Amino acid sequence: MILTAITLGFILEKVILVSIILGGSLGIAMYSTWAERKVAAVMQDRRGPNRAGPFGLFQPLADGLKLFMKEEIIPTLSNKFLFILGPSLAMLMACMTSAVIPWGPNIVHADGSVFTLQVADINIGILFIFGVVSLGVYGIMLGSWASNNKYSLLSGLRAAAQAVSYELAMGLSLIALVMMSGSLSMREIVEQQHGFWNNGYFTWNFFKQPLAFVIFIVCSFAELNRAPFDLSECESELVGGYHTEFSSMKLGFYLFAEYINMFITSIILSSLFFGGYNYPGMDWVALHVSPLFVSIIGVLVLLGKAVAFILFFMFIRWTLPRFRYDQLMDLGWKSLIPLALFNMLVTGAIILAFQK
Amino acid sequence: MILLEAFSTPVNYFPILIQLVLAIGFVIVMMGATHLLGPKRKTTDKLENFECGIEQEGNARQPLAVKYFLVAILFVLFDVEVIFFYPYAINFRELGWNGFIAVVMFVAFFILGFTYIIKKGALNWED
Repeated sequence: MILTAITLGFILEKVILVSIILGGSLGIAMYSTWAERKVAAVMQDRRGPNRAGPFGLFQPLADGLKLFMKEEIIPTLSNKFLFILGPSLAMLMACMTSAVIPWGPNIVHADGSVFTLQVADINIGILFIFGVVSLGVYGIMLGSWASNNKYSLLSGLRAAAQAVSYELAMGLSLIALVMMSGSLSMREIVEQQHGFWNNGYFTWNFFKQPLAFVIFIVCSFAELNRAPFDLSECESELVGGYHTEFSSMKLGFYLFAEYINMFITSIILSSLFFGGYNYPGMDWVALHVSPLFVSIIGVLVLLGKAVAFILFFMFIRWTLPRFRYDQLMDLGWKSLIPLALFNMLVTGAIILAFQK
Repeated sequence: MILLEAFSTPVNYFPILIQLVLAIGFVIVMMGATHLLGPKRKTTDKLENFECGIEQEGNARQPLAVKYFLVAILFVLFDVEVIFFYPYAINFRELGWNGFIAVVMFVAFFILGFTYIIKKGALNWED
């Protein structure tokens, strides 16, 4: 039964979909580096990259090529195998998270066959994401330990402690959401936020779980090692952070993995809390234009929401100063975890009280 | 069809395997390409670890602050408890008030342990 369901066409379809998703997220990650520099420039009243191509649009390509052409340096005192494994693992895990994300509504062909814009619709989507995200910490830890550099080691320790601390609050904040939806499948959660307005209230989870959203986005900042939680790569004390010793594409992998993670996190944030591919008036489009357009606009809407979140991540980075380490740990353990527990219990009590 | 939605079969997970294979292939190709493309002019000075531009002083693999290990152990403890909430959250509507009261008790134990580690100073970073 299992063998009959996997046909050559199915494999081909998935291979194409995966290639598009991986290529697309790499492309967006590349242009995020450009956008980050432009945003920084705008906020600091500078011009930013403007030499390579119009508006410096070829800058990411030039940077990527430069990373390829640089000498690969593996320090003699480092552990060679782990030194290579570290960045590879970081990149691999960044590429794996996108597997369970629903990118758009199903496209139903005229002959009744369905094309799903999702690599794998598994019923434990959220747990899969958590699992892969926590494996991503290994990339940083192995790389930093293997390079046998004091700065890298300190940075890797900080990154690991920070990531595990915020993972707790992140996991707890989503429980309230799962209680409402009653499912761990990403597709199911997004489908429940269909449209924008239903029965006199918003359908998007942000309007039902604002506290969970705030906790989740703060934890995302910490998981991504981004400002104001970028203690693992603060230039003023740790030189380059965990990638001090890395050069050529190994350095590139760490940087790209970070930007891919930022893109995927933005997609997850929009899927869980801002309706994913849902948008106001999608039923009208399905009725008056064509169901195919619903899917196309849906994908664009999801990407638009993700870009908005990426820009938000960047604005925060260039606005807020860095936390102190004890402040960071106190925020994670002593504020966010109790807050998430409180949110969970209140949500449960309210849903049960209004049931029936 | 309903059965398929309720239980994920190995078929549902198969595309993840495809993505894993493609991602591993991508990583290997990129690593190989950068290894072949870059120049190789290695000297002993170049292959030393960076340390403010002076010669390296000792090995980096020294004993570390125990705080970090403590955080890691506490994470394992509490993460196991967090994972217990997920099956409850899925079945929460069917379990009703009885289940809710049980979870309130579980949360009470959680908070008890939590207050204990805070009172013990396990999460104090300033000595």
